[in-house]
This record gives sequence, C-alpha cells and structure tokens, in this order.
Amino acid sequence: MQKRISTLPFNGTAEQKSRLDAVIAEHKSQRGAVMPVLQAAQEIYGYLPIEVQEMIAEGLGVSLEEVYGVSTFYSQFALSPKGKYNISVCLGTACYVKGSGDLLDKLVEELKIQPEECTSDGMFSLTACRCIGACGLAPVLTVNDDVYGRLVPKDIPGIIAKYRQ
Amino acid sequence: MDMVNIKINGIEVSVPQGSTILEAARYAGIEIPTLCYLKKINAIGACRICVVEVKGARSLVAACVYPVNEGMEVFTNTPAVRSSRKMTLELILSNHDKKCLSCVRSGSCELQKLCNDYGVDETKFEGAVTPSEIDDSAAHLVRNNKKCILCRRCVAACREQYVSVIGANARGFDTNIGCSFEKKLAEVPCISCGQCIVACPTGALTEKDQIDEVFAAIADPKKYVVVHTAPSIRVTLGESFGMPIGTNVEGKMVAALRRLGFDKVFDTDFGADLTIMEEANEFLDRVKNGGTLPMITSCSPGWVKFAEIYYPEFIPNLSTCKSPQQMEGATIKTWYAQKNGIDPKDIVCVSIMPCTAKKFEVKRDDQSAAGVPDVDIALTTRELARMIERAGINFQLLPDEKFDSILGDSTGAGVIFGSSGGVMEAALRTAADVLEGKDLENVDYHEVRGMDDVKEATYHIGGMDVNVAVCSGLSNVAKLLDAVKAGEKNYHFIEIMCCPGGCINGGGQPIQPASVRNFVDVKGLRSKAIYEADANMPIRKSHQSPAIKVVYDEFFGEPGSHKAHECLHTSYVAREKY
Ligand code: SF4
Ligand code: SF4
Ligand code: SF4
Ligand code: FES
Repeated sequence: MQKRISTLPFNGTAEQKSRLDAVIAEHKSQRGAVMPVLQAAQEIYGYLPIEVQEMIAEGLGVSLEEVYGVSTFYSQFALSPKGKYNISVCLGTACYVKGSGDLLDKLVEELKIQPEECTSDGMFSLTACRCIGACGLAPVLTVNDDVYGRLVPKDIPGIIAKYRQ
Repeated sequence: MDMVNIKINGIEVSVPQGSTILEAARYAGIEIPTLCYLKKINAIGACRICVVEVKGARSLVAACVYPVNEGMEVFTNTPAVRSSRKMTLELILSNHDKKCLSCVRSGSCELQKLCNDYGVDETKFEGAVTPSEIDDSAAHLVRNNKKCILCRRCVAACREQYVSVIGANARGFDTNIGCSFEKKLAEVPCISCGQCIVACPTGALTEKDQIDEVFAAIADPKKYVVVHTAPSIRVTLGESFGMPIGTNVEGKMVAALRRLGFDKVFDTDFGADLTIMEEANEFLDRVKNGGTLPMITSCSPGWVKFAEIYYPEFIPNLSTCKSPQQMEGATIKTWYAQKNGIDPKDIVCVSIMPCTAKKFEVKRDDQSAAGVPDVDIALTTRELARMIERAGINFQLLPDEKFDSILGDSTGAGVIFGSSGGVMEAALRTAADVLEGKDLENVDYHEVRGMDDVKEATYHIGGMDVNVAVCSGLSNVAKLLDAVKAGEKNYHFIEIMCCPGGCINGGGQPIQPASVRNFVDVKGLRSKAIYEADANMPIRKSHQSPAIKVVYDEFFGEPGSHKAHECLHTSYVAREKY
C-alpha cells in the first residue's frame, strides 16, 4: 500500500533540529548514510515529513528523491505522525470475517481521517494492523496499549469519547 | 591488454579481461538482448532479459554484468535461455498498457521488438495493474507509468545529470518511478534536459508533442509561419528515416520543411553567428572593463536552468546573450518583420531543436524582443520526423534545397554550435581576429573538440593568455564549477552544454536503442559530421558573414549596442530547489 503523506503543519523544534544536525554530521561522509539518518530522524520526530527529509537531503548532499525513495521502500518509516492516541484496527483474517472492516469505516467517518493519517489536533491517528493474536476477542482494536474486543460499529463513538476528555 | 579465451555457442573468442559476457558475445558476432543495461549509465542487472547459460553455473546469469574468465563456456541460445527470456517479457506485459497502435514509440520500442522476437503471448498473465496517472505537468515531457518497465534507465540518466529528481518509490507491486512526495515533475527542480526520454526503452517517457499546433498554424491563412533549424538537426534527422548515424541531410531537410508548408525556412546557424558577434564582444568587454570572469556561455537552456537552481552564485558569470534559437526568433520578429511589413503578432516562429529544454526556454521571461515571444513553438528532431511522416513526404527521395536568405545564411562557426566545444571555437575565431586586428589563417582549435568530459586550453591572443574550458554533461559541470569556486581552476571563458557531448546528443534527438548505444559511438559519429559541414563552408568566421553585416548595418548597429541589448540579451533568476 502507498504511504500516506502528512498534510498537517510541521512543528519541529530547534532542539530536534540540532539533534538531527548532529546525526547528519556524524554520517555525512559515509556511503549509504540515508538509511541510518532516516532511522534517527524518525526517533527524533516520530515521522518523516518533507521538512525533515529536506534537511536530510541538504545535509547529506543527496537529492530529496533519493531520501524519499528509501523512506517509501522500508515499511518501518512513517510519513505521517502518530496521534496522542493511536487507534489500530486488526485486519487479520479472524477479525476481518467478524467485521473489523466496518469498524475501520466507522472510525474513518467519526475521526474524518484516512488510515495512516492523524487528526489535526494531534489527538488520534488511525492504522490498520495484521493479526495481534487476540482472535478469541475478534473483532479487535487497540488504543495505544488498551485492547477492545467483540466490537460492533456503534461502540466506536463511545471509545473515542473516552479518550477525548 | 590482458586477454582471456572463452567459448560462446562453441565459437572460440579472445576478449579483453574484465569484459562482460554481453561485450564478449559482441566480439563473436552474437547479440544478447538487454533492457535495463545502458552502457556507462545503468548496470544494475535487474531485468534479467539478458540471461545466458554458463557451463558449471547453477542458474542462468545476467550477461550485462557478469564478467568473463579464462576457459568459460557460454550458451546464449538454449531452450532454457529462450523460455526464461520469454517468461520475463510475459511478466512485464502482465502490468503493461499494451496500446502499441497509438504509442509514439511503436517501431522504436525496445520492449515491442523483443516481444516480437520471442513470440510472446501478451495475455498469458492478466491481472491487476499498478494504478498510475499520466504526468504532463512539465513543459517538455509526458510520463505514462502504465508503459514503464521499471528498468531505471531514466533514473540513472537523471542522476548522471546531477539532478536526481526522479527515482523508484514504494516497493513490490506499488513500485513506481516518480518524484519526491508524489509531486509532479513541474513541481520539482527538473532542468528539462530530456536525457531521461532518450534513455527510456519504451513509450513511458515522451516529449510533449506540439506538432498539431504547428499543423494548425500552417493551415491558418492569417499566419505567417517561419521555421528555423538548429545546427545539429541536419546531422541527426536522417536517423529517423533509417539513414546511417552521422549523415548530413541539410538539403533534404530544407526541402521537407518547404513541402510541409512553412512560409520561410531559415537556419538557426544564422542566430548562432549572431550569438558569436554578441558573445565575443561581451567577453572582450568583460576582460577590458573588469567584468565578472570566467564568462560562461548561455546557449544551453538546460544548463541555464541548472545554474539558476543549483549554482545561482554563477549567475553573474552567465553571458547575457540569448541563445541562437531566441536570437534567430528575435531577428525574425523585429528586423525581418519590419523590413517585410509584417505585424510580428501574425508571425508564428517555429524552431526545430535537439533539445526538450528549448520548450521551456521559449516560455522564459525577457525573451520577447518585439513584445511577443521570440519563438512560439520549439519542436524536437523527433517531432519534425513525425510531421514529415504524417504529411506523407518520402524523405529519401527529396531533392536538396537551400535555406531562404538571409536569415538562412551562415558560416562554419554557426554549424559547430551543435557539438561540445563548438561555441568556444566559434567565439575564439572571432575574438582572435578582433584582438589581433587581422584575418587569421588558422580557424581550427583542435584542443576544444572531441567528446571528452572536460577540455582545457590556453590560447595566446592579442598579447594575453586566455584560459578556456569546455564542459558538457552536468555531473562534469558540477565538478568543474566546484573547482572554480574553490579557486583550484582559473579560467577566463567556459563553454557549458547540458547534455553530454553537446546538442548532437540532446534529449530531443532521434532515439537510438541500447543495442546501438552500447556498442556504437553515436555522439562521435554525429559530431564528426558537424565538423565536416564546417570544413566545407566557404566562410568559417561569424564576423565575416555578409548576412550578419546586413542586420547590423540595417538594424542592430554594432555588437553590444543599445538596440542589440534590447533584442538579443536577456536576464536570469535564482530559482528555489524546493
Ligand atoms: S511502450 Fe512499447 S510495448 Fe508498450 S505500448 Fe508502446 S510500443 Fe507497445
Ligand atoms: S528532463 Fe533531465 S532533469 Fe528532468 S527528469 Fe529528465 S533527466 Fe532529470
Ligand atoms: S520510465 Fe522508461 S526508462 Fe524509466 S524506468 Fe520506466 S521504462 Fe525505464
Ligand atoms: S539484467 Fe542485463 S539487461 Fe537487464
């Protein structure tokens, strides 16, 4: 699946930038530096928006497309931030046949974001994941470390409300 | 050179050590098909169309990257090899928009040829295709990823140009060639050189076709449609009609343009002579009056855009002269229009160019001497060939005709603009005469000729040592500029061409397939034809052209005059990378 690109404004801090600059300086002269620098940048910022990738391209003296190509090749890299609460819907076989697709649709409708996106207030992000091993509870979703099972779409607004306050 | 002895299909051959199987097979007169491999540009061994059997090897090997060693036995035409290649093609076709009937590359497509050769079943694996949209955002090219085979030759060509705005994004079934953050080509710092197009084996990348606009202008009785052809077109156009590389078809080209219905057929070589008058004058003026040096040529719009984006600190070094294309157009719409009582608004000026960046250049600001664009439509050599085909003109049978006077009259100095080193040589021919105050006998500056990445020379002219450099291909250019910036190199005058080897190898030229490019010196053959054309000209210095004298006497005054500045010079802007 193509990765979603963040459309939210970038809120990087000076402190984050100086940490990234240090990583870039450390890897600058090394071949294949893009990969380790992207990993460090994701630790620092939590995701890899265009602003961060531009800093990396400029800093390493490579083109933005080269950086972007790597960031879209490896699944570990995210181009969109995670919210304070990340809601992850299991689309594994057991959950899927029990209707987790409908849960995801309901979340898209309620949060007004697509999978792999984050709400503009930074509260919620939405992802689809593979089997988390809680098939007995299917269909399942998690909000950070909390697990919710045997859900139907009308349970969704209540769950969201619980975290909103 | 150390040689190794191997056997290919039972034939014994002795080949230089370090050769690949692909190269070795060539010595034995055996062809191995390729798709992703392009000599000196892309050697990634990815497509596996070039597989062969090597005795003792566990599986088929990729001939384009596999080196030979003593005693090796290779088989290029076994059932296993043929069926593997066929399967590779059928898998490519499972995710390919097979509309050969309407594809510009039909007939010159490397994939199509191989599919024919191997008798593929084009419907063997049908299924989902990777979704993609056509990107026609840029002025010069169109990308249709539905015809892309992911060979990455374009990516490598763009990297060679030190630009790297295209690359492979995502992975697996989603893999696609595109720009960063899914931007369109017009939104990234592409310099419009078209080197990606001439590298592409298929119809995934094509120039933005404007021939319908030209046919429409010709059909409009209210329009006075003028055409002019760049120096290099005469030595490349013939390739589109099956003639050998390096055939000069100037006479037939002019005849074809007349038959297409252009009102006048002029020669951009006149514009090139005019460029030399202005540029030599500008150079001497910078030397005498302490202007910015080194002065760098400005006729290559891909290079100019590259400077504006990637090396803006060199903008003051760029000659303010417009390119020959624009000078020719400016003269047509000012002097010529006035003299013939034509409203410049009614003139449609078409240029035939080796270059896709020319499509960008005609739209630049400060390129409108008569208040309307100097040139309206820039076509590539390939588009002209298509117009000739569509009009049903049998190119081979055409007689030789001459350009219209006087904006079709030129010198040997004009024609060499088509090859790397030509602008420098033409400028030196004129500057040396001016400084020495006489008609010097020597017009040959061999040091700046040839296809080397960088050529340097020092000439003693008029009591001064002039250090010159000639450089083409933007990776080489970047290195050269870095050395100038670091103070390691001290030049007075630099010629820069965007495309490796200059216009003869431009992104708008007829596309030679990898099977030719990998083994034939295409640039060298085209360049040789350019210098032959020069040697055959009665006049070989721009300032001795009678046509040039007329336009200065009647209109521009003298080189560098106020009028000349208004019509023939331009300005540049630093451009943002992101
Ligand atoms: S790219 Fe080649 S194979 Fe594909 S449609 Fe065009 S001519 Fe046919
Ligand atoms: S036109 Fe030149 S700069 Fe632009 S994408 Fe193609 S190769 Fe790169
Ligand atoms: S666009 Fe052409 S050159 Fe580029 S990867 Fe696709 S097929 Fe190859
Ligand atoms: S792997 Fe040899 S040509 Fe592609």
